[in-house]
Amino acid sequence: MKRLSRFRRHRAVAPLLLVLALLSIGTTFSVAGAATSTPITAAEKSALIDEGKQLFLKGCSSCHGLNAEGGGIAPSLIGVGAASVDFQVATGRMPMADMSTQAMRKKPVYNEKQVEALAAYVASLAPGPEVPGESQLNYERDGSAAQGGELFRTNCAMCHNFAGQGGALTQGKYAPTLMGVEARHIYEAMITGPQSMPVFSDKTITPAEKLSIIKWIKAAEAEPQLGGAALGRVGPVTEGLLVWTLGLGLLVGVAVWLAMKAR
Amino acid sequence: MSNEIEAIKDPGLPAHVHRRADTDPKAAKKAERQVAILFILSALGTVTMIGSYIFIPQDVFIFFPVLGNTNAHQLFLGLGMAASLFFIGMGAIHWAKTLMPDEEVVIQRHEFRSPDEDREDFVATAKAGAAAAGLGRRSLIKRSLGLSLGLAGLSPLILLRDLGPLPKDELSKTSWKAGTRLVTDPGDRPIRAEDLEVGAVAQTLPEITKGAERALSDIGKDAVLLIRLRPEEFNLDAERLSWTHEGIIAFSKICSHMGCAVALYEQQTKHLLCPCHQSTFDVTRAAKVIFGPAARPLPQLAITVDSEGYLVAKQPFTEPVGPSFWERSS
Amino acid sequence: MTARERIAGSVANYVDERTGAAAWMKKNLNKVFPDHWSFLLGEIALYSFVILLLSGTFLTFWFDPSQREVIYDGGYQPLSGLKMSAAYASTLHISFEVRGGLLMRQIHHWAALIFMAAIVVHLMRVYFTGAFRKPREFNWIIGVGLLTLGIVEGFLGYSLPDDLLSGTGIRIAEAIIQALPLVGSYLAFFAFGGAFPGEAFIPRIYTVHVLLLPGAFLALITVHLMLVWYQKHTQYPGPGRTEKNVVGYPLLPVYMAKAGGFFFIVFGVTAFLGAVASINPIWLYGPYTPGQISAGSQPDWYMGWLDGLVRMSPPLETHAFGHTISWNILIPGLIVPGILFTGMALYPFIESWMTGDKREHHLLDRPRNAPNRTALGVMSLTFMLVALINGGNDIIATTFHLTINQIMWFSRIAIFVLPPLSFMITKRLCLSLQRADRDLVLHGRETGRLVMMPHGEFVEVHEPISPEKAWLLTQHEQNPALALDENDSRGVRRPGTLKNKLRARLSRAHAVAVPKVTAEDLKEIEHH
Repeated sequence: MKRLSRFRRHRAVAPLLLVLALLSIGTTFSVAGAATSTPITAAEKSALIDEGKQLFLKGCSSCHGLNAEGGGIAPSLIGVGAASVDFQVATGRMPMADMSTQAMRKKPVYNEKQVEALAAYVASLAPGPEVPGESQLNYERDGSAAQGGELFRTNCAMCHNFAGQGGALTQGKYAPTLMGVEARHIYEAMITGPQSMPVFSDKTITPAEKLSIIKWIKAAEAEPQLGGAALGRVGPVTEGLLVWTLGLGLLVGVAVWLAMKAR
Repeated sequence: MSNEIEAIKDPGLPAHVHRRADTDPKAAKKAERQVAILFILSALGTVTMIGSYIFIPQDVFIFFPVLGNTNAHQLFLGLGMAASLFFIGMGAIHWAKTLMPDEEVVIQRHEFRSPDEDREDFVATAKAGAAAAGLGRRSLIKRSLGLSLGLAGLSPLILLRDLGPLPKDELSKTSWKAGTRLVTDPGDRPIRAEDLEVGAVAQTLPEITKGAERALSDIGKDAVLLIRLRPEEFNLDAERLSWTHEGIIAFSKICSHMGCAVALYEQQTKHLLCPCHQSTFDVTRAAKVIFGPAARPLPQLAITVDSEGYLVAKQPFTEPVGPSFWERSS
Repeated sequence: MTARERIAGSVANYVDERTGAAAWMKKNLNKVFPDHWSFLLGEIALYSFVILLLSGTFLTFWFDPSQREVIYDGGYQPLSGLKMSAAYASTLHISFEVRGGLLMRQIHHWAALIFMAAIVVHLMRVYFTGAFRKPREFNWIIGVGLLTLGIVEGFLGYSLPDDLLSGTGIRIAEAIIQALPLVGSYLAFFAFGGAFPGEAFIPRIYTVHVLLLPGAFLALITVHLMLVWYQKHTQYPGPGRTEKNVVGYPLLPVYMAKAGGFFFIVFGVTAFLGAVASINPIWLYGPYTPGQISAGSQPDWYMGWLDGLVRMSPPLETHAFGHTISWNILIPGLIVPGILFTGMALYPFIESWMTGDKREHHLLDRPRNAPNRTALGVMSLTFMLVALINGGNDIIATTFHLTINQIMWFSRIAIFVLPPLSFMITKRLCLSLQRADRDLVLHGRETGRLVMMPHGEFVEVHEPISPEKAWLLTQHEQNPALALDENDSRGVRRPGTLKNKLRARLSRAHAVAVPKVTAEDLKEIEHH
């Protein structure tokens, strides 16, 4: 143990740990991916849809209608596709906790299997965007961070802020932060256009470009503090706040000490 | 002063209170040590700074609470520098406060006004000078001098003329012509109507010939936002409706207020928001302003498809894009 | 005589024989400076300026003020291979390849924010204590000039890196120029060397930022300090302090050591901020292009109020005779700031006109003893604060779960309602404080000790205050309002009645006060 702890502060430790962590994540994913990518039989599929229907009737139909045809307070889900369901439910946005301005990300109510069933049910109603598979989401391999940054600034930064921290929309709506969002969900949001967000079609932003955007977001998320505390990465507002509190506070504090008579 | 009523008397400067260091040599010695410690802390700061510059590579990061995973080179260089400067200051001030004489001194103010005779002398000299020069009498000289000085003062303005070209109709023109394809920004790919689902947006620019470069000043006028709605969602007059294509509508992305890129499209409300000053435009009503300081809708670009099915401009913009200017007629 | 003394003596002799400096030095070395923390606020600004000169010079060694397009091939991967201006690329180079470059960039930017904040608090100190009164009106005007130049200089400075945020700021500045009636589009084309953004603007503002304006600053600061030196510093009232004297510490050695030390403190604190807090992370903003924008695009804080005013402006534009006037830009962007700054510059003259006071003042006012002035100051600050808050409405909305529309409407109403309200409240507060002062002098300090009187009543024991304190609370002048009769002594109506009426009214408002305690009042109390 002691020998090991000697290396704890070694320069190479952080990158090494990172590589290890990435490797382990990668293995987990490939195992998980292998499990889900085995083709399922028609019977299994109809069972899944059935399970999804039951879940839907219990948890969603009061707002979205018994046949997902929509109601006064919730839109129709016919044709929204599995991707939309996966995004909304797996990020905890649906079911909505309260009917406020906008559904927000929270702890999901349904587990992975249930989300899959719900998605399968909604997808069975009418064709729509599918949940992207793991092989489609290899942004590390297929994306370019620099190109993604350019695309991000043209297509995303106006709502989600230059560093993906989110921003205000009209009437209390907001573009959420993109930090800590799974690549799959970012991808699904782009192809389905949830809530206020518009759709980014595959022809105007190709799947490869979408992966570049994700790669850039992930790079921004992982970027360490190059110049000290990030102050929320929201621009000059917090900088001004810090100058008036900490900056001027320290200086005026010293000034008061300076002018105080010594005892 | 109109003090007929007797005011409370000024008790005068309070007696000086001696510091401990003034009377107690031990306290003075202690203060001296404290000052020295502060100066030594500063020296240590400088050593830290030099050490960080030389020995800490620029790509090492360490974790600090509050700061997060921070660049060690930058952090220790800065902290060393801060300490080296800050403690010199602390030392000097502590020295001044504890060991330098702290008896307050009274000095008298002087009057700023010059003595009367000086003022009179000055006026006399100035008058005599003016009279000797004949400024009062020789009005021809006075006026011609005024003319020459005035003109000479104006001449630098002439020299500044070549700072830039005249605007001519530059502010009213964009690169869009009838038949110009809309291409993605970035990517430069032409777009078909069916490429956009309902609820989709696309950031576009006019197509340029292969190999040509776009100037930023062109992007600043040409940027266009494509939005696809359900055709029945529009609330447009017949002409503006004819400028759309199967529910796809195109607006200049350059805000009619101060020229920021207006591209925050809310799919559900069909509103466009400018992040700079929060002007809000209603896409279904030809970008009519519904909130904020903008006074004009965003100019709409008439679009259609060409023979290959790609979206093109039907005609150039019918009004100047971007912020207002004096020569703008509507 | 030691060898060291001999050398010093011969150097001094050499200089004095050629300049006669000894006489001047002798006169000035025993200058006296009153000690108070609030007198150091201006020094913070001065020292920040020196820090800005030093750190700025460092940055010029690598900065390339050019809008020539380059392909980035530096060390910051997320931007590699992108097109950008040489200005932006060289700023990245300073940040990531030059050792200590990012630290210096951050020190420079933090120092700029501190510079502006220090100017504002210094201005507040001078205003609320009445230090701008005769004979210091010139210095007040120079100060307002420095504040104005500081705003411009700061804006140009953060515009230089040509990143997405600063480019957006330049875009807005261009729109303001373009909105000027008659000459707007010409001025814009001259400034930018053609259509926005062109390739000329950054090189041009670079010259202005590093040469023209710093030169102007140096000249104005020099005059500002020479006037302070010559006119001697003001001082707070207190026992032994009069209009005719200055009580404080001599220049040598105490003041020199303290002021010199404080320079290092300011530099140290700025370096500390530069070390621990990121500012203007331009690599995250990306290079500027007019087709892109970020949510929450704000200027630095000293321009934030301007942006807030522009945001809350109503959508007014006039189209007539083939011409357009953008009131939605001109009013918040030029007219209102113009009125505010002109009013601020002229305030010493306005106050002296209202009160008819043409005497010199070297003793400062306690803000409560000038209720009208204090209230006006708080009113202006409230106006600025509302505007500033609206300038960050989007950040506030997302942070506190409000809507930008709510904040905007709040600001639109508050900008008219809150300033007058704060005026009234402040004035009341000042008068209450005067009343409290009066009670304190008359009845002494409450000790919190209760004593039971023989008849059973509980009474709190009051302790008389010291003569020094009593003097402090009663030393101020209370001048009556100007007597401005409509008719002159011969019964003839004066010209300019309306002006005189206004002046009389303002003068009356200015003279409102709770009568201060006199010696007779005290005697009377003693008899009871």
